[in-house]
Amino acid sequence: MEDLKLTYAVDGGDLIQAGEASSRMKMTLKKMGLPPEIIRRASICMYEGEINMVIHADGGEVEVIVGMDAITIRLTDRGPGIPDVDRAMEEGFSTAGDVARDLGFGAGMGLPNMKRCSDDMAIDTQVGVGTTVTMKIHIN
Amino acid sequence: MDLFEIRDILNADVLCGEEHLDREVRSACASDFMSDVLAYVKDQALLLTGMVNPQVVRTAEMMDMKCIIFVRGKAPGEDILDLAREREIVVMRSEQRMFIACGLLYSRGLAGE
Repeated sequence: MEDLKLTYAVDGGDLIQAGEASSRMKMTLKKMGLPPEIIRRASICMYEGEINMVIHADGGEVEVIVGMDAITIRLTDRGPGIPDVDRAMEEGFSTAGDVARDLGFGAGMGLPNMKRCSDDMAIDTQVGVGTTVTMKIHIN
Repeated sequence: MDLFEIRDILNADVLCGEEHLDREVRSACASDFMSDVLAYVKDQALLLTGMVNPQVVRTAEMMDMKCIIFVRGKAPGEDILDLAREREIVVMRSEQRMFIACGLLYSRGLAGE
């Protein structure tokens, strides 16, 4: 079976409506018949990432590759970058503003949760240029 | 416990998903913080919340939850209900406050884990 590649554009304008790309990915993974626990972990990773992109980076792009052995999710934005990645990975640390908090986000749990729900996560970021987060979830 | 029983215990109005009230749930979680739901929920299929916005439905969808109950009489808009209908998630509304709603369900045997 060839790898399946899915791409999604994330609109940065509207946090209230964010999550559409994650929802579409989840439906595609369900149709493919992948194990529910794998689908849930991939969905959490992507949704947290999508929300982060809208809060911090005015949107971006997501590429999902579903292979035989793993799902790879790559979120790319041209936002402000993360000045201190170690700090950003601490549970409870957040720079999200009131709009995000009013919707129930900004607890400083997003990146740590993405790391926990994936088998492998890498953050490539440069201040003033943007951030790419790549997560891998093994299927077996 | 099925959703019929949960509706009756909380004297809740069913706002969408009436046809799915025979669904069984074993455990629930309660939070206004969707970040915490995403980080701490495992197999809890019922979400009690006082937060009202479409991200509540999105969060429930990502976590494979079957039912959302808005406490303190909070009324979700049609946009929220439409999203829930598309995802086949039951939505109810109860006048109970969060602590009381949780206590009633817990005392009748619904677990937290």
